[in-house]
This record gives sequence, C-alpha cells and structure tokens, in this order.
Amino acid sequence: MAEPIVHDFHAEVEKALANRQLRANFRFAMGNMIEKRKALFSDPVELEALRAAGQAIRQRALSRLPELLDQLEANCTRNGIQVHWAETSEEANQEVLAILKSHGATRTVKGKSMVSEEMHLNAFLARHGIEAMETDFGEFIIQLTCETPSHIIVPAIHKNRDQIARVFQQKIPGTPYTEKVEELNAVARKTLRTKFFQGEVGLSGVNMAVAETGTLCLVENEGNGRMCTTVPPVHIAVMGIEKVVEKLADVPPILRLLTGSATGQLITTYFNMITSPRREGEKDGPREVHLIILDNGRSRILADPELRQTLLCIRCGTCLNHCPVYVRIGGHAYGHVYPGPIGKILAPQMEGLDKAGVLATASSLCGACGEVCPVRIPIPDLIRRLRNEIVAADDSGAVAGAGGKRDLAETLVWKGWELANLSPALNRLGTRLASAMGQRLPRVGPIKQWTRARRPPVVARRSLHERVRREGGKDE
Amino acid sequence: MAVFPAHPRTVYFFGTCLMDMIYPDAGMAAIRMLQREGIRVVFPPEQSCCGQPAYNSGFPEEARAVARRQLRAFSKNYPIVVPSGSCAGMLKHHYPHLFDGQPESRDVQWFSSRVFEFSEFLVRVLRIRLTDLGPPVRVTWHGSCHGRREMGVTEDSKSLIRQLKRVELTEIEREYECCGFGGTFAVKQPAISTAMVQDKVEDIRKTGASRVISGDCGCLMNITGAMEAQGIAITGQHLADFLWERTNG
Repeated sequence: MAEPIVHDFHAEVEKALANRQLRANFRFAMGNMIEKRKALFSDPVELEALRAAGQAIRQRALSRLPELLDQLEANCTRNGIQVHWAETSEEANQEVLAILKSHGATRTVKGKSMVSEEMHLNAFLARHGIEAMETDFGEFIIQLTCETPSHIIVPAIHKNRDQIARVFQQKIPGTPYTEKVEELNAVARKTLRTKFFQGEVGLSGVNMAVAETGTLCLVENEGNGRMCTTVPPVHIAVMGIEKVVEKLADVPPILRLLTGSATGQLITTYFNMITSPRREGEKDGPREVHLIILDNGRSRILADPELRQTLLCIRCGTCLNHCPVYVRIGGHAYGHVYPGPIGKILAPQMEGLDKAGVLATASSLCGACGEVCPVRIPIPDLIRRLRNEIVAADDSGAVAGAGGKRDLAETLVWKGWELANLSPALNRLGTRLASAMGQRLPRVGPIKQWTRARRPPVVARRSLHERVRREGGKDE
Repeated sequence: MAVFPAHPRTVYFFGTCLMDMIYPDAGMAAIRMLQREGIRVVFPPEQSCCGQPAYNSGFPEEARAVARRQLRAFSKNYPIVVPSGSCAGMLKHHYPHLFDGQPESRDVQWFSSRVFEFSEFLVRVLRIRLTDLGPPVRVTWHGSCHGRREMGVTEDSKSLIRQLKRVELTEIEREYECCGFGGTFAVKQPAISTAMVQDKVEDIRKTGASRVISGDCGCLMNITGAMEAQGIAITGQHLADFLWERTNG
C-alpha cells in the first residue's frame, strides 16, 4: 500500500506561485508545447474528424472492456507473453518482485511509465534492494534529484537547462558544468549505456495493447524504451486495464492523436510493437516477456456511465499544457501522480474525495482542457460532477470518500442564494441592502479572499431591475 | 448549430445577476441598442440568476430551483438576448444537462434554443451596422472563456469593435487564457485566481490600450478590481456600454 499522503494543497500552491523561476520555466515550456500542437493540427476539420475517431475507438474499447481484456490475455499467452492480473498497486508490485526474484535479478532498467509511478514501484523495489534505473532523459534527471514527475509526458519540465546542468555537475561524478544539450545528452547516454548492458530485467509501460493480436505498443523518442524492452533477457510491462484497444486498425488514429497532442509530432522517433519474446532463430529480444495488468480503482470508475469517460484518456498530457492553473502551479503542487486537469478528475476517483477532492476545486472551469482533449473527455463536466459528489450527503455514491467535506455553512449559503433568487421580494431586498452598503461590504469570507488582490465590487445605487422599471423597457 | 431567426420584432432581455447589481449602465445600454434597431425589448421583472454559481459548486438542486424560475419568466416564443457569454452558455448548453431526466426536459430544449449572446445577436441576427461617433481611442478585448468555448462568439464581439472607425483594437497576448474569475473559484482558490488575474492585467497593460472591453461582467469585475488595486489607470467597460457610448452621439 502507498503511504497515506499528507498533502496541504493550499500551502503547496502558495509555495509554487512564489517561485518565479518555476513559473517562468512552466510558462516557457507550455507555450512551446501549445505552439507545436497548433502547428501540427493546423486543419480544424481534420483535427475534429480525428478526435471523433479517437473518442469512438476509446469508447468502443471501454464498452467491451472485460471481453477485450480476456482476448488480450488469450492472444498474449498464445504469443508467449505471460499475463498477470493485479487489483491493487501492492499486488502489482508483488508480481514484479516475484518475477525479479525468480531470476535473482537486482538490477533493472526502466522506460517511462506513469502506471509504475502510480505503484510507487521504484521505492518498493529499493526497499527490496533492487535498483530501478530510469532511462528516459527526463526521468533520469529527476531520479538524480529524488523528485517525482511534474508532467506526465515531460517529467523534468519544471527545470530549465542551467538547472539541469547544475544537477549533472553535482550528481554525476566527473561531469563539468555545461548547458549544451548535446553534451548533457552525451553524459546521460554514457551513464545509461553501461546500465542497459548490466540490466537483468527491463521495465516499461504500455501506450496501447491490441486485443486482436496481443501486441503491446510503446511510444517514445529516445530509443531508451527499445533498449529496455530488447537488451535485458526479461521484459516486464505494466499497464492499466483501460489501455486496451480492440484491433490493429485502431492504433494509427490513436497514435496520431497521442503524438500530435503530446509533443506536436506527426510520429515519434521510435514506435515499438511488442508481440512476443525472442522466437527460435531470432538474434535479439528478451527471452521472457511479462504483462502486468493493473486495476487500481479503475473498475469502480468504469461502473459509472458519466465518470467512465475519465478512462478514455490516452495520457498525452495536452490538458496540462493548456491549463491556466497547471502552467502557474506546476505538477508537484497537486501532490498526486497525475497532475493538471486529468489529475483533477482521476486523483479524486482513485484516491477518494476525502484525500484528493480539493483538486476538483482548483479549476475556473475555463474549458481549455476539454477543448483540446484528443479523445474529447468532457473534463469540465466531470470536475463539476465530482464537486456534486464532494458535497453529497454520505459516502454511498459513485466515488469513494464522499460526504466528508459537506460543509454546513456552505450548504446554508446556497440555500439562502436559492431563496433570494426565487422570491422577487427577497431579491429586491437583497439588492437594495447591497446597494445601500455600496463599497462598504464587510471584508469577511469570500469578500476577504476577493480583496487579497482586488478592489471590492461597487454595488450600483439602482439595480438594472429598478432602472428598467423607471426608465422603460417593457414587461409583460 | 444555432439557428438564427430573421429579424424579430420582440426579444427578451436576460439581465444577469452581476449586471443587475454591479453594471446596470451596461444593461441599459444593451437594451437601448436593441430598441434603436426597432426591436421591442421585454425585461421580465421576475428574472434573477441563471443558476451557474450553484451549478458549478456542487449544488445542482438549488441551481435547478432557480433555473425553473427563469424558464417561467421567459416562457413566450421570443429570442432571449443575454449580455454575457458565460450566462448564455449556462442557459443554452448546461440547462439541457441540468434538466436531463426532469419533467421539464422538453421545455428546456425549446428554451435553450432561443438563447443568444448579445454580440452574436447583433451580428448574426440583426446584421447591425455601427457608425462611430467618438474620438480616437485604443482598446483591447478580453473575451470570456465561455463566450469563446461554449458560445463561440469571440469573433462576433471583436467584429463589432472593428466596425468602429476610430477605435484601434490591439489584441492581447494569450487572449485565449482565462482571467482567473471562474465564479466561486476566485474565492475558493484565491491564490491561483490572483496569480491568473495579475498575469492577465500585465498582458492587458502591454497592449498600451486605455480601455479593456469585455462581454462578461464577471471577467470585468475581476480584471478591473485587480487593475484598481494595483493603481493601473486602464478602465474596463462592458461591450454594450462601449458600443452605445461610441454610437449614441
């Protein structure tokens, strides 16, 4: 079990907002990603057709999920890939450990995987004396600084080039300070090259698993994923249950949407399709391939017809790039594996509203995320739905941990608001009271928060209702 | 797809709660503009709030009760003109969801189909032509997120400003980005909201405009409140107020 996370969201937000460097780094990087995506998806008609196709493929997969997972298992098994099921992160970690133990392995090399972050796999393996060497360049950097990913696609995006140069200089013996990207790359490559050859087991995630063929698809740009999945004698892939698609023909549209939305690329430098371990007569590839399929709360999300749309996600991260909240507070302030808009809907459902429900309040509902989501997840609608669940009377709803945050004062405020907006007499009284006070509204509660950085609103002497009554405009 | 009626003789005006209390001048300006086009404007006095504050805060029951009141107040077959992209988005796109499975569901479809944002109505229904009577001025435009993403009226609003010969419209960098209002978001996440509005103010300042025009009172209240707190001498004005001032002589 992951330790319960004690995380003060508001305190982390204040800290992140006060860090000018961090904000500049995110603003610069997100601006770039937005521009790249826009350049690639320059034809809105084509983009909407693609998004419609992507959404349909993912919806179809979710609607037949149990059946497709069975088919995936059968086809993988036929191909020689060993399939393991895990309901919880703890179970998935134990599965990984059992495979490692059966080979006496203590050194692993790892490609980028958000599910492994969900499992806190590296920390778990470290407790068992096993090294998990991150080989993605971004993951490599943050492993040196003992940080978690601040973005699901570009995990070290919170650091700029000179910060990375300093990390390398301090953490990798014999490295001089250099800001040249090629030189930094060369340092990482040299370190990792040895690790690839020493690694006894390669670990990776899965971007899509094709049920009809039993194929694991892995998208990457650096070739480290291919190294992890071909050089060591054993490959273990971990995936969430939602990552399955029905057929091979579903792959190209999703791939196009994924790379275009994530990094503005038409296709990534590497695209791996893994269908079996090394076969008789083949010269390379792992002798054993394992696939661990993890639930970790996803079945519960699947059970609700509205919230199910959360599982359409293909983890492109474009909602993070376009989010006005994420760009200012960065990924770490969220305090959960998945930050940004997708995290606001995923974390409360996976970890419970009592632990992560606050994330659903961290949205102005501006709609930028929903506008760009490649599979058209209505993220703002789902945030709103979770807000309903948070104030639900008890914990019997679709999402765990509901009811705890029911705030009597807020409930009364909304009851009062309802009454004031239902009765014309009360409405009139309310506006008259407010206009009598004008600018002298008491600076407590919401007004106090509002005036942290703003002058309080000035209530007009006569409301529009009153002006219309006196100055004309018809009523009937 | 919105279906735009031919030039109607009568319209409803939905005043919005913020305009009612904070910006009634803009409301009167919008009504006068419609009347100048020869339209009879009906302002049902029993109207109140669209319900969005409660709807976005986890209180759909309360939102529905208030929304029902608007359904009754705007029950005749007139177009409903709304001087806010956000309230219009609520009435047009969220009411059907709010009343999904409720007995009024069908009435709501009909109600929502009659909703038009103010500038959308002027441009697409009335095909209004404006004559600029004011002195030269440089302004910038801030469109609300819901005006942009739910109603798709950003270009309509800007095209009205562009009709004014002596008004120079300087566009703001990152026009697509939220100003940080978000209704109760501004008071539930004040630190994030503050950071957002301060960045927006900075972007507005960089345009060199002396006024910022917006089609939404929420954004306006947020942005002008922050500008005044910082002592920045740029005024904020609702689009309707601005258009009326420029064209009324």
